Order: sequence, then structure tokens, then C-alpha cells
Amino acid sequence: MPVASIGPYQFESRDKVSNFHGNQLTYLHWEEHNMYCAALAYPLPPTMPFRAIVENLLPEAYGYHPEWAKVKWDQVTWMLDGRPFIPNLDASLAENGLGHKSVVRFWTPGLHGIGGTAT
Amino acid sequence: MSIADKSTAKPRKLGLKERYAHLTRGLGWETTYQPMSKVFPFTDYEGIKIHDWDKWQDPFRLTMDSYWKFQAEKERKLYAVIDSFAQNNGHLNITDARYVNAIKLFLTGVSPLEYSAHRGYAHVGRHFVGAGPRIACQMQAIDELRHAQTQIHTISHYNKFFDGLHDARHMHDHVWYLSVPKSFFEDACSAGPFEFLTAISFSFEYVLTSLLFVPFMSGAAYNGDMATVTFGFSAQSDEARHMTLGLEIIKFMLEQDEGNVPIVQRWIDKWFWRGYRLLTIVAMMMDYMLPKRVMSWAEAWEIYFEQGGGALFEDLSRYGIRMPKYHEVASKEKGRLSHEVWATFYNYTQATAFHTWIPEKDELDWLSAKYPETFDQLYRPRFEYWKEQSDQGKRFYNNVLPQLCVTCQIPMIFTEPDDPKTICFRSTLYKGERYHFCSDGCKDIFLYEPEKYIQSWLPVHQIYQGNCGGATVPEVLNWYHMSLGNDNMDYQGSPDETLWNEWTADRHKSAI
Repeated sequence: MPVASIGPYQFESRDKVSNFHGNQLTYLHWEEHNMYCAALAYPLPPTMPFRAIVENLLPEAYGYHPEWAKVKWDQVTWMLDGRPFIPNLDASLAENGLGHKSVVRFWTPGLHGIGGTAT
Repeated sequence: MSIADKSTAKPRKLGLKERYAHLTRGLGWETTYQPMSKVFPFTDYEGIKIHDWDKWQDPFRLTMDSYWKFQAEKERKLYAVIDSFAQNNGHLNITDARYVNAIKLFLTGVSPLEYSAHRGYAHVGRHFVGAGPRIACQMQAIDELRHAQTQIHTISHYNKFFDGLHDARHMHDHVWYLSVPKSFFEDACSAGPFEFLTAISFSFEYVLTSLLFVPFMSGAAYNGDMATVTFGFSAQSDEARHMTLGLEIIKFMLEQDEGNVPIVQRWIDKWFWRGYRLLTIVAMMMDYMLPKRVMSWAEAWEIYFEQGGGALFEDLSRYGIRMPKYHEVASKEKGRLSHEVWATFYNYTQATAFHTWIPEKDELDWLSAKYPETFDQLYRPRFEYWKEQSDQGKRFYNNVLPQLCVTCQIPMIFTEPDDPKTICFRSTLYKGERYHFCSDGCKDIFLYEPEKYIQSWLPVHQIYQGNCGGATVPEVLNWYHMSLGNDNMDYQGSPDETLWNEWTADRHKSAI
């Protein structure tokens, strides 16, 4: 739908990928652990291996949580942009199908937050 | 003209009614040197059809001279109270220094909106064809400027003692959470004049204002802040006029042409949702920031929206207007909203110009009692865990920036309408690019006018694009004009707390 306007009304996205200096935005979210109030936003190079998310970014972000050490990585289930997804840790983000502003959500079976409250 | 006849027959001063008639009808005319469509270029493009501008009824019928007189009286009273508040060190009578954080949020988040409202009403006060609504908007433009001014003057007293109040204007235009109120108003001001009035006069001033003004002003009264209560009173009679303008504009549009109904309904849907999302800061203020609480957010929502708003929309149903879309989602969220939002600011207090804290035990008990279905089940364990950690010197801070909703610009913290444990993710593709939303309400608003919202200045993305002073927290805070270690971080250990403890210790000493 067009905007009701007094003249031509067309704009570039303020967040187009070329504004991020070679990076693309990626959002990561650990489900049932809403002590972290929202998904986390990262500017990441599309050539970065997915393994760097699992081994560097996530522990740095979520390590404070008492359940983080209990995560069993072989049981984790993933979703990429609303679809079930099995990441290839050694492939790049782009090869794994992550684009600009992709959302990666993951569930850790058996871990439901502090006191089972999704905290 | 009968008014003129009467006045020539019997020379005398004009009555109020007659003066109002001259002001609002006599001053409007059909232009001849230029076509009306060039003099008033913004009246048609939104699709609203007006057949007879004289059908506009303003129940207040205020003339300029009486307007100046009323306002001057109120100013005199207000400034007398502000002076005595300052002379008597009124800030020492507040319940607790934590209360001042609500004032910080008000000054940086709300007062600049009063100024934006001034600009918005000045603009539409020029562009309506009918002199009646033009005058009403012009008066409101002056009111709003006065509100911004009196709020700044009143709160400036607190700035002498407390942190975070020193540069509200700059912060409003730069700081991440203040992009929420800023973008709300800019969305309204960049719309046409009819949508602007539906947004601000109706949805905000009429439907939702009781949820902004009443809690802040009663909160001030309950917590000993007489200065804020007084500017609240001083603004109250203006607010009554603004609310009337809001209801009048809606009825006027609906009565003028049946074709206006669906357009107005869509605006009501949009601006109800945008206004409701904006009120999340009020929800958190009521439940967490007032040391002495007035009522819970859930209770306020029930009284002012579910009951008050329900009656209003029943009244409007004869025009074919229904309740705003997603009002039932707002009601489903009433038991979670304030807790989700306070937890968010607790996550990111390293980058706020006010402090957060874990509520005291009796405050947690109050929350458990007010929210029997959600608080113990979902939120209390979170706060108790954080408290435990904080007591061990491991206060929780979230060190990664959050994902934001493209429409309301709030971090995507809200949970699924029917599942309070799962974050609500909504998204769409527009011209090959992904856009994310916190709710169906925000997604709908985007889908109707995507070209508008793809321009959203989202603070998190702006930081990552390198437009906010740098990549580290100190650099960004510097760009925000926040003083690291003073304005931000937990209340516990803050300069505000230290100062307050000194004052109250003195008070206890002199009491002995």
C-alpha cells in the first residue's frame, strides 16, 4: 500500500545491508531464558563460520546464566527465520542461509529457565 | 448577519458567544486571488471529505481575551508554588529518592512531546479550512508550549540535586529508549492534519491520556512531589479542552461523510496500538518506580481503558466505529507489561539516564498481591535471582544490544498473546529486505505504509552503522550526553542514593 502523501514518496531502507560496513545483522535468541529481555543483535561478516556464534558469541552473552553450563549442544534445536534449521558449524553464515536481519532462535531441551519460569 | 444587526442596534460590548462567532466564522473566508486548494494544500490528500466546515462545534467557545486571562491566572498560581517549593527545599519531602527517576523519565520522554505537540498543532492550526478547528488547534499549540515550559521550570529544581536531568532535549533526540516517544510523535506530525488529530487529539488525548497524566500526577501527589502535582493541575483544564477537541474532530469527520468512516477506523486502530505501546513506560513507572504506589497498571488499564474506553466506543458504534483492533491483546498483556519492561531497563541500565533497582521485599509482595496470576509464576523468581547475584557483587547487565521492533522501536521483549513465556516474533519481507515486529499490531501498521517505516531510525542499528559516537558504551554515552557512573547504573551505589542517605540521616539526627 502506498503512503497517503502530497507527492512522490519513495525511500531507501535506512538499514540496508550496505550501511553496515561489510557486516549483516543477525539476531540470536535463547528461548525460555527471558532474563535476557529480547533477542540479541549483532553485526557479523557473512563469511564468519557458524561455529563462532556457538563457541564465542553465545557463551559471552549468556555465560552469566546458571543454566548455560548445562546446555547439551547435541540436543539443541534451531530455527532460522521461522523454519527448523540444522546449522553446519563449519560453514559460513551465508552458506548456512543466514541473510541480513535473519533471526536464529534456539531451544535447549530440559532447560526451562530459573525455577522453570522461562527466566 | 444577525450578530452585526444586534450590535449596531444597541451599541455595547460584544458577548462572549458573539465574539467567539466573529473569531471562528467571521475570520474565515473563501479566497479569490488564489484557489482555496493552494491556500490549504493539505486538506484533501488523506481522503477525508468535509462538506461543511461550519458544522464544527466547539463546546468551549473560548475567545482569545478569555484564553489569555485564564492562562495568566494559572501561570501566576503555578509559579508561586514553584517558588515556595524551591525556597522550602520541597525535594526533601518526597518519599524516597528513587521517585525522582520517574521524573527523569517524564522530563526526557514526555516533556519534549509537549513541545512536539506544540509544533504539530501550530501546523494543523494553519492548514484546516474551517476557522473553528483552526482556532482550537492554535490555542492547543500555545497550551502545549506552555506545558513544555512549565514542566521544564518545575523539574529544573530537581536538576540542582539529582543526576540525569541536565540535557533532556539532547537526550530525547539521541538516546535509544527515547526514540520510542520521539518516533511516535514524528509519525503523527509527518501525517496529514486529519490523521494527526486522530492520533494525538483522539487516540492519545482522549482515549489514553488518563493512563499517562493521572498516574504521573497522582504518583507525584502520593510521593510528596507538590511541584509536579501543581503543574499537573495547571495543565488539567487545558487537557479537558484537548480531550473535547479530540472527540469533536472524530465526530465531525464521521458525520461529514460516510466515506470517512473506514479511514478514521484505520487511524484509530493504528494510533490506539502506537499509543498503547508508548504507555509501557507508564506501566513500569506505576508498578516499579513509585516508592508509594497509587494503583497497579492492570487496575489502571481496567478502569481507564476497559471500562472508560469501552463506554466511549459503544457510543461511537452508532457511526459504524468499533473497538480498536488488538485491544484484546492489550488486555491479555496487562498482567505482564510492567514486569517485562522493568526487566528490560534492568538489563540495560548501563545506558539509561535513570537508575533501576530490584524492588524491596514489601514491594515484591505488593506485586505478588496485585498480579496473582503472573508475578510469582513468571517474574518474582527472576528478580530474586538478580537480587541474590547483586548481593554477591554480580549485578546483572546485558552486554549485547537488543533486537528492536521497526514500528514502535521498543526492544522485542513482548511475549506471545497466549503464551507469556515465549517472545513474540513477527516479520515480513518488503522489497527483498526483512523487517521485524514485536506484535501483530506493529506489523499491521508497517504493512499499510511500509515506505514510511523503512526509514525508522533504530538506535541499535544506528550504533552498528557507526552513527552514534563510537562502538563502545562510554563513547555512545558520551554522545548521549550521559555522565558515566552518575546518570546510569543501579540505584544502589549511585550518587543520588548517597546524597539521599546523607539528607535522611541528618533528618533522623535532628529528630532525636
